[in-house]
Amino acid sequence: MTAEPLSNRPKLALHVPEPPARPGEQADFRKHTLPAPGETPFIAPETAASAMRDHAYGLVRVLGDDHTAQGGWNPSLSPETLRVMLHDMALTRAFDDRMFRAQRQGKTSFYMKCRGEEAVAVAAAHALDDGDMCFPSYRQQGLLIARGHDMTDMMNQIFSNHADRLMGRQLPIMYSVRSKGFFSVSGNLTTQYPQAVGWAMASAARGGHNIAATWCGEGSTAEGDFHSACTFASVYRAPVVLNVVNNQWAISSFSGFAGGDETTFAARGVGYGIASLRVDGNDALAVYAATKWAAERARGNHGPTMIEHFTYRAEGHSTSDDPSAYRSAEEASLWPLGDPIARLRDHLIALGEWDMDAHTAQDKALTEQVRLANKAAEANGVLGDGLTNQPLETMFEGVFEHMPWHLAEQEAQMLAEWKAAGLPVVLAHNAELHP
Amino acid sequence: MSAVKSMSMIQAINSALDVVMARDEMVTVMGEDVGFFGGVFRATAGLQAKYGKNRVFDTPITECGIIGVAIGMGAYGLRPVPEIQFADYIYPALDQLVSEAARMRYRSAGEFTCPMTVRSPFGGGIFGGQTHSQSPEGIFTHCSGIKTVIPSTPYDAKGLLIAAIEDNDPVIFFEPKRLYNGPFHGHYDRPTSSWAGHASAEVPEGYYRIDLGKAATVREGADLTILTYGTMVHVVATTIAELDPAEAVDAEIIDLRTLVPLDIEAIEASVKKTGRCLIVHEATRTSGFGAELAALVQERCFGHLEAPILRVTGFDTPYPHALEWAYFPGPVRIREAVAKIMKD
Repeated sequence: MTAEPLSNRPKLALHVPEPPARPGEQADFRKHTLPAPGETPFIAPETAASAMRDHAYGLVRVLGDDHTAQGGWNPSLSPETLRVMLHDMALTRAFDDRMFRAQRQGKTSFYMKCRGEEAVAVAAAHALDDGDMCFPSYRQQGLLIARGHDMTDMMNQIFSNHADRLMGRQLPIMYSVRSKGFFSVSGNLTTQYPQAVGWAMASAARGGHNIAATWCGEGSTAEGDFHSACTFASVYRAPVVLNVVNNQWAISSFSGFAGGDETTFAARGVGYGIASLRVDGNDALAVYAATKWAAERARGNHGPTMIEHFTYRAEGHSTSDDPSAYRSAEEASLWPLGDPIARLRDHLIALGEWDMDAHTAQDKALTEQVRLANKAAEANGVLGDGLTNQPLETMFEGVFEHMPWHLAEQEAQMLAEWKAAGLPVVLAHNAELHP
Repeated sequence: MSAVKSMSMIQAINSALDVVMARDEMVTVMGEDVGFFGGVFRATAGLQAKYGKNRVFDTPITECGIIGVAIGMGAYGLRPVPEIQFADYIYPALDQLVSEAARMRYRSAGEFTCPMTVRSPFGGGIFGGQTHSQSPEGIFTHCSGIKTVIPSTPYDAKGLLIAAIEDNDPVIFFEPKRLYNGPFHGHYDRPTSSWAGHASAEVPEGYYRIDLGKAATVREGADLTILTYGTMVHVVATTIAELDPAEAVDAEIIDLRTLVPLDIEAIEASVKKTGRCLIVHEATRTSGFGAELAALVQERCFGHLEAPILRVTGFDTPYPHALEWAYFPGPVRIREAVAKIMKD
């Protein structure tokens, strides 16, 4: 029943979120509250999710502004482990820089860097067991680098060349490396979330020992798959680590379009009864500690953990967008949680376990290592070599285990039209890959 | 040789799951209400008690989650058999089916595969309204990397389901729910019948397979080929059998059983013999699987055709509730089409 004339009521107004700064405006991070290291307290990994809800709104931090490791979350890693993590993060960045340039030089169609987010993948890889299965999104190349995967193999995929194990079928960086526990990357967002939960459920149902971990961006937490996965993970207490990489930007849409203005992304887990941590994603020690905590929780049959990695995408979404067209140019340099590589480097230096000369020398060596890997990959061809990279028939292989008649017919048609055009139909150089 | 028993289609499906679960401990059954309760149609009755909750379990109501989780289980090494309670509910899982399951082998160059069979009751004739009656097979036949199987008898349902589960590629297994408890001849106003006494309901209790991709000739004939599947196999057979002697047609009725991969040899051989082709399915008409069949027959048998290929289908409306029997492609619509095709 309406008690008063409708004209007396305020008009409804639609709220469309807007980021604090657009191009030409002053970067502004005041909306973020950033607890100091140690302020979000350590708790036991078997803590009931209902008893740790505040952690979804806090921030697990270890490295302080003075470059020391502080508080209960300090994983107390050996200097040797810290140096390996620093190495892997720096190698990931060197790899990214080289591949970005390769795309600009026209050697491939597409690339995605993870600058500023290296700790999220590298520190996690070190905290997980090698047998734990990773279901990444497209920005966790650091997992492969940290697990010691051959960079030339990764580059072969990026160049879609004749040594690409995926036969040039996938967009660059959509790796699949089963031998390193790295699931086939999809370009459709967050589909890997329920798949990771399913893998973890299977491991539990079979009485296995390995857990699963998965990653998605804050933007794609809006996908239904994310919520389906959280429901399954919670219901079956799946041994899985659900990582949300909150890098503030989904192409040109800031985190507000995924609900980030209203609450934290870790808080998504609270509603599902999932233990949830919000972590400084630019602090390799905090990422390591949180991942180790979540893995221990999962291995003890205490269920899943959601980890929001609070970080910043320091460059464009991919080679296909120009961030200066939609956000303040200074944001990356002003990000209050700094750069993950510089922070770990400075921590090691503060410990007396590293120095700038060693760091500069390492960067130089890594650049050279990547250059050599790239040279080896380019020797196998680049995308620009086009149709000579893969035997044409591979287009029809692997759609099914056994090729049905309709695909065989279409393959014959393609080979016939190729022949009619006077082009080669079989390429011997790849015969060993496809006998 | 195992003993043969008279089974309904539901019992045959249950038996297939039982047999294959006993043989392969990786086979895992999951879905809404499939566990303790045994499924809303009883297809999974008794399986949880026999094989335990780790292999037969109820799921949350999220089809996207069910299929996504099943894909992950397949990647681990299990052989998942998820149930989608009604085919009408499968749409939230489309991305996981079309973009993930169907392409996993291809995109990972065989590193990961998806040996999953999605069981789902489909089709109408049960007063299910628009959300419990649809036939969405054409959505899946249109996408690469997934097989689509539709049985029409208890014997076929068991043999095809075992073959589907043992297949290393993802399979959509649509079960014509109008046939679960008895064949349906298309006469909504006559009493329903049970499977008892039907030859195709004599089902071995043990293991057997019917290879995917093989059609069955339900009735041999010389004058007209009728391509059909699922519930419509029975409706067509009865309609042909009940034609007035003056209108009688010696029709060859082919039950496709598998839509992808299709038994093109059986289709071609029959149409070249009869020179006429009628396609009957319950699904909506535009871009339905019948359009693909008509194109294939025209491309391959044009010189043998003596009349245009015709389609009898559901109409391009949502599946109505009260007007179900005006929508359903029953004996009247089939008879009209047969008369027309024989006159041309």
